[in-house]
Amino acid sequence: MLSQDNTSQGAARSPAIDLRKINKSFGPVKANKDVDLIVAKGSIHGIIGENGAGKSTLMSILYGFYAADSGEIWVNGKLTSIHSSKDAIATGIGMVHQHFMLIDTFTVLENVMLGAEQSSSLQQSKKSARAELQRLSEEFGLAVDPDAITGDLAVGLQQRVEILKALYRGAEILILDEPTGVLTPQEVQQLFDILSALRERGVSVMLITHKLQEIIAITDEVTVMRGGTMVATRETAETNKEELAELMVGRKVLLRVDKEPAKPQQVLLEAKNLTLLDSAGIARLDDVSLQVRAGEILGIAGVSGNGQTELLDVLSGVAAVQQGSIVLNGVTIDKDNVLNAKDFRHLSLGHVAEDRHKQGMVTEFSARECAIMGFQDEPEFNGRLLMDNAAVTEHCANLMQQFDVRPNNPHLKAANFSGGNQQKLCIAREIERQPKVLLVGQPTRGVDIGAIEFIHQQIVSLRDAGNAVLVVSVELEEVMSLCDRIVVMFEGRIVGEMAAVNADAQKLGLLMGNAGGDDSDNSATGVVS
Amino acid sequence: MSDFILIAISTLDATIRVSTPLILCAMAGLFSERSGIVDIGLEGKMLAGAFAAAAIAAVTGSAWLGLGAAIGVSICMALLHGFACITHKGNQVVSGLAINILASGLTVTLGIAWFHQGGQTPLLSGDARFFSIDLPGALAVADVPVLGAIYTQLISGHNALVYIAFMTVPVTWWLVYQTRFGLRLRAVGENPQAVDTAGISVFWLRYRAVICAGLLCGIAGAYLSIAQNASFIREMSAGKGYIALAALIFGKWRPKTALLACLLFGFLEALTVRLEGVALPLIGEVPAQLMQATPYILTVVLLAGFIGKAIAPKAIGIPYSKER
Repeated sequence: MLSQDNTSQGAARSPAIDLRKINKSFGPVKANKDVDLIVAKGSIHGIIGENGAGKSTLMSILYGFYAADSGEIWVNGKLTSIHSSKDAIATGIGMVHQHFMLIDTFTVLENVMLGAEQSSSLQQSKKSARAELQRLSEEFGLAVDPDAITGDLAVGLQQRVEILKALYRGAEILILDEPTGVLTPQEVQQLFDILSALRERGVSVMLITHKLQEIIAITDEVTVMRGGTMVATRETAETNKEELAELMVGRKVLLRVDKEPAKPQQVLLEAKNLTLLDSAGIARLDDVSLQVRAGEILGIAGVSGNGQTELLDVLSGVAAVQQGSIVLNGVTIDKDNVLNAKDFRHLSLGHVAEDRHKQGMVTEFSARECAIMGFQDEPEFNGRLLMDNAAVTEHCANLMQQFDVRPNNPHLKAANFSGGNQQKLCIAREIERQPKVLLVGQPTRGVDIGAIEFIHQQIVSLRDAGNAVLVVSVELEEVMSLCDRIVVMFEGRIVGEMAAVNADAQKLGLLMGNAGGDDSDNSATGVVS
Repeated sequence: MSDFILIAISTLDATIRVSTPLILCAMAGLFSERSGIVDIGLEGKMLAGAFAAAAIAAVTGSAWLGLGAAIGVSICMALLHGFACITHKGNQVVSGLAINILASGLTVTLGIAWFHQGGQTPLLSGDARFFSIDLPGALAVADVPVLGAIYTQLISGHNALVYIAFMTVPVTWWLVYQTRFGLRLRAVGENPQAVDTAGISVFWLRYRAVICAGLLCGIAGAYLSIAQNASFIREMSAGKGYIALAALIFGKWRPKTALLACLLFGFLEALTVRLEGVALPLIGEVPAQLMQATPYILTVVLLAGFIGKAIAPKAIGIPYSKER
């Protein structure tokens, strides 16, 4: 109600932000082309676009991180020049970055006051900052212990510290860059509550995201960017996900995964009581048991860092089995029969690594070299003494053709492909051999909507050919739409399992934060066989 | 028994003298490294400072002018390091090594060109050196058993730079932990981007840190050539800069623990001198070479993980650039 009033009033007054004809180039790349943007006072304005659409560049210009090549920035009806973050802060602009700008070893109080200390003596500064922080916490309902060490806090709380930091500096315009990437659904809801409270108090919020769901859920207005330009601005109430997706990509996209119900058959991959301790003796995997059947896609949901990475490492042979065992295509792998990643591949396992830059490819290598990684010893790529370069190149060209990797050039350095095309190349490499078992970590992280659709189709068709697929993803929507069965991991344990058709964000979210506990309702734990 | 006490006191006295340059350099390194700039060039800055102090003191006859020259030259070299590492985002280890090589070569070359004594500077005397100061009452209590000796020999009777060195530790602690500058300094070594987005200049902050390092290394250099000794001798820093760096890491980049590490290394060196040629019960005569190697061996062993994890400032060694 109140927000509605504010929005209509805001339209009458001068806008909080008015960007006119902003241009910015990085070398030959035009990141922003004649961008115009108006953000009404006291509203939540969404900015949506694919990777590389220029959203982050535009916000960095507004926050003084980069200087625009040309264009004007009007804040509250005044022409302003912003040359540094300091200028931006002085104009009342605050920013919550995607990667938090916090010092992990500092207390919350120290982080909040850093750069805005009242006096050259720390004791003095802390005293006044503590009082102000207290006031802000109460006014906006942002409770956080000022003496906690920031690095020990949960991600949601760290984000709260970032917001407090901006408010402490007197921000009336708050920019949030992809704020929900690391949050559980419950934390996302809390963040949205906070944003609504800020809006009620007249703060203008700019929300940068690539998630359509969030735009629909919270914003008043939305602007779509594509290829460095503003494509459209809509009242959120008058648009929908399909229209926004089409504006983002420039063509019609299918947001749901189109698939038949699964026909699960025999078990191809089984983990029995896997436990993995790290060097500090902390259990990263704690008694994990699961089965993946031929013809089904099993999804692992969970907040990043709850053992999914370690699970993929053990199941792919990257990390050795410490306790428990794995049965892969009838072969048992345990402490007495340790196999390495290459042996796993020979047992017909494909592995698309979670982090393609760390494990999936070498970005300094050419595409054709990346396309044979893990298979470089296969006879088809090797002559008597040297590598068969012609075969390697042809192999890569074929993959690029089949999986629509652009640009279609096997000799181009992997780093020069977009995230989506790098991922397509990694997936192509693994799927092309039709592995009986495919592990996929974060299938669409940093991948544009258009490519997501394609990658999902490829995974589903591998399943339909009678293979088993295990998908790890932090994107709940992806897990729910792509997978047939879902297990949830929390602190290295499996805390719940359900059929995808029974899953919703609420249920999964509670399990991901382990708020559901072990005795959640039956539908959440019911096993589908 | 009183013999033992006297030997102990004189060994500790030597410890203080030997530790002084280590303490100054360790505090210098603390400023630089806490801001995220690796400072392997402590050695070179100290050596250049030592030469400048001796040369100016020899020409002007004033120890204080010598000290000023040492500080000036050392800060110049620190700024050179800063220019390479902060402004031009160069590799900090390479730049530090370059500083060391530059100082090692330049001091000898200039020494030969100016003083014609094979790289040494003329012997200093009188006001051209820092002499020991007797603290008030030192003579009066000298006859009091044990405590008198401790006061007279151990606490009193050092030159001004020794007292300055010990003063730098609480001053450093205060600056780093009790002031706005210190908060920002610690922040920039952990996450420079956070500092930048908070509206603080990363460059200026890091330059101030390396200037602090230059200042302290200059004092350490002056101590070597015009307080502890009476002239500049080629390569007289003899690895002390590296030992100080080890002490800093050993002390986990904290002033108090770094001080203790410096005193430990200083004590080992003093003990080496003391035990040279002395036959110990059961062990017999310890080879001098082994004793001399002890601080280095200890450093290696301790740094190899026996002191628990030494967690370095997170952003150390990484040049900061805005545009990704």
